[in-house]
Amino acid sequence: MVYQDVVWAVSLAGMSLITLGFLYVIVHVGRPADASAVRDIQRRSSRWRLVLFVVLLIGFFAASYATLHRFPIPAQNATLGAQQVVRAVGRQWSWQLAVEGQPPGNPLRLVTGSPVEFHVTSADVNHGFAIYAPDGRVAIQTQAMPGFDNKVLYTFTVPGHYKVMCLEYCGVGHAPMATEFEVTGATGG
Amino acid sequence: MATMTLYPDDERLSATERAVFDLYAVSAVVLFVLMMLIGLLMRTAQGNWMSIPPDLFYQLLSMHGTGMVGTMGMITTAVMWFFLRKYVKLHLWAFVANFVLFLFGALCIIGAIFVGNYGALWTFLYPLPVALAKTWSNGAAAWFLLGYLLIGVGMLLFYLDAALGLIGRFGNLGRALGLQWLLSGDIDPDHPKTVVASTMVIIANVLGILAGAVVLVLSLVSAANPEITFNALVMKNLTYWFGHMYINATIYMAVIALYELLPRYTGRPYPITRPFLWSWAASCVFVIVVFPHHLLMDYAQPRWVSIIGQVVSHGAGFPVFLVTTWGVLTNIHRSGMRWTMPSRLMVLAMFGWAAGIVPAMLDGTIAINRVMHNTQWVPGHFHFYLLLGVLPMTLALLYHVIGSREQTTLDSSADRVGFPLYLLGGLIFTFAFLDAGRMSVARRMATHLPEWRGTDQVGTIGALLLVLAMLYFAMRIAIGLLRVKPDAGPRHAAR
Ligand code: HEM
Ligand SMILES: [Cu+2]
Repeated sequence: MVYQDVVWAVSLAGMSLITLGFLYVIVHVGRPADASAVRDIQRRSSRWRLVLFVVLLIGFFAASYATLHRFPIPAQNATLGAQQVVRAVGRQWSWQLAVEGQPPGNPLRLVTGSPVEFHVTSADVNHGFAIYAPDGRVAIQTQAMPGFDNKVLYTFTVPGHYKVMCLEYCGVGHAPMATEFEVTGATGG
Repeated sequence: MATMTLYPDDERLSATERAVFDLYAVSAVVLFVLMMLIGLLMRTAQGNWMSIPPDLFYQLLSMHGTGMVGTMGMITTAVMWFFLRKYVKLHLWAFVANFVLFLFGALCIIGAIFVGNYGALWTFLYPLPVALAKTWSNGAAAWFLLGYLLIGVGMLLFYLDAALGLIGRFGNLGRALGLQWLLSGDIDPDHPKTVVASTMVIIANVLGILAGAVVLVLSLVSAANPEITFNALVMKNLTYWFGHMYINATIYMAVIALYELLPRYTGRPYPITRPFLWSWAASCVFVIVVFPHHLLMDYAQPRWVSIIGQVVSHGAGFPVFLVTTWGVLTNIHRSGMRWTMPSRLMVLAMFGWAAGIVPAMLDGTIAINRVMHNTQWVPGHFHFYLLLGVLPMTLALLYHVIGSREQTTLDSSADRVGFPLYLLGGLIFTFAFLDAGRMSVARRMATHLPEWRGTDQVGTIGALLLVLAMLYFAMRIAIGLLRVKPDAGPRHAAR
């Protein structure tokens, strides 16, 4: 399943739970409860709040562990040692991609299965370096910032036509600022 | 304990106060309608139903973002003033000065955008405003930044006056925030929630505005002398520290209306509790340190900073869900509350805030941010809690106030059409953005790929409904406020 679709589903689930809570209360606005009923409502409300607190707390720790124990961003000051290294420079309003050691201008060809290291920077203002997969979804991104070299580590699994788009507003030519590259199967297919 | 009288005497406005409040309110609703029209234009252009040249599009986007955030800051300040003045001494001149500086600032910004063609958006991310390749001059950028400075100075004045008032009554800001009762002791049941929330806002937003002032001045230096450059990452950190706190402060100022008004409409006391104090103390810390979630894709940022950004983004949900939302729902449950515009808007506002932070918290997760950052997921979640959360909170107060000035019901048949229209339009509009985020549609683009236009067009329809509903609300509120009947009609008496 596509990553974005999972996020969407989780989000809808959370928002639906909240909606149900509101609907429950709205349906039960009814007539004013008397004093003893109000005390009862408050007691039950506190009890359920405690339950919710514990549930959220467990969720919080579980989610933090699951999403952070392997940090999603590669170490920036270590050498990553990938076999394929690409230098990406953004400028108003184009991308320049080059395999390290080769002059820019050659069409970029990468292979699936082995990690690729992108070193991303900018020659002028901030840009956003986002790789769009053949299915049109963002696969990975980082910022392209003047004076900084952001290292992305990504292993392509699907061969095909990839697109780089700018995801940080950079002036009037921002929307069309894109380029493309090809990823082929590791065995040559 | 907060009053249960619908229109208590200590909230009555003198003639001058009333004129100033009306000025704030009428300007706000007019500005909201105008900015929404700009939003509608942009959405129509993204859906390819209309063509707007890119330079103009980014000017409109700059106007919409700045205008909405600025107007929200202005009107929620009025919400805070309206209630806080009951508890501490506030000087009217500070409240007036804030408005006057807001107006001058707004004029600078509008001039910079529509005369000087400024188009570096409300976040003025350095070095774009002063870069070489751009469609505006450094002079226009300077006017824009100056406009921000004026608005910021106005707010600082208002906060300073409020802080002095709070210190005058409570000794120091910590006691106003209720820190002395966090661990033990009997909480003064008359300690106003308004005071707690206002104190938190003052602490956080003063820090934010000062950080903003630093980036603004540095950017102005760069505009005057392009030879001088600054570290782009440091500038970005400062910018988002300011921007995040400023827009979040509007939520915390607006929610005061909910705390004050809700018990009057449910007829059930909504007492101050220890969890409430904890939630505001925690939120105060959270809102100050959570801004790195805007820089999760800056891989050069130290790791621990990004971790704070994620963990605090998630933690910030606790106070909202467990204290404010839960408290509001408990207060409403079986209260027999009647559905009129203020009560409807308050429930919608609480819903919009609570539901909207779900996609926001997901986006604050580093692993998810890698694929959602700067897609339309982001306008999806922030429009959710601004458009369906903060804006209805302020409208609830304005409706409440017009209820004191005219004899008409706050539940006219037009209200019964306008409200669902707003809700429906808002849901269509925001979910169209969220769905676009799911499909990786980029935010802040003047032109969209053909395969993106479906959600754009659905969103445009939602936006149209919203604009119609808001136009109605604005007229209703403006007319209601400007009626010359005195504030103290029979409805001002006890309920
Ligand atoms: C009818 C109502 C509205 C419409 C049609 C609308 C439309 C839009 C559109 C089309 C965008 C640009 C989305 C993109 O990045 O592709 C946008 C951005 C934005 N809107 Fe709205 N909006 C509305 C209401 C609001 C409200 C009520 C607020 C706040 C109080 C708000 C605050 C913002 C902000 C802060 C941005 C970001 C600007 C930027 O990216 O620099 N909007 N809106
Ligand atoms: Cu760009």
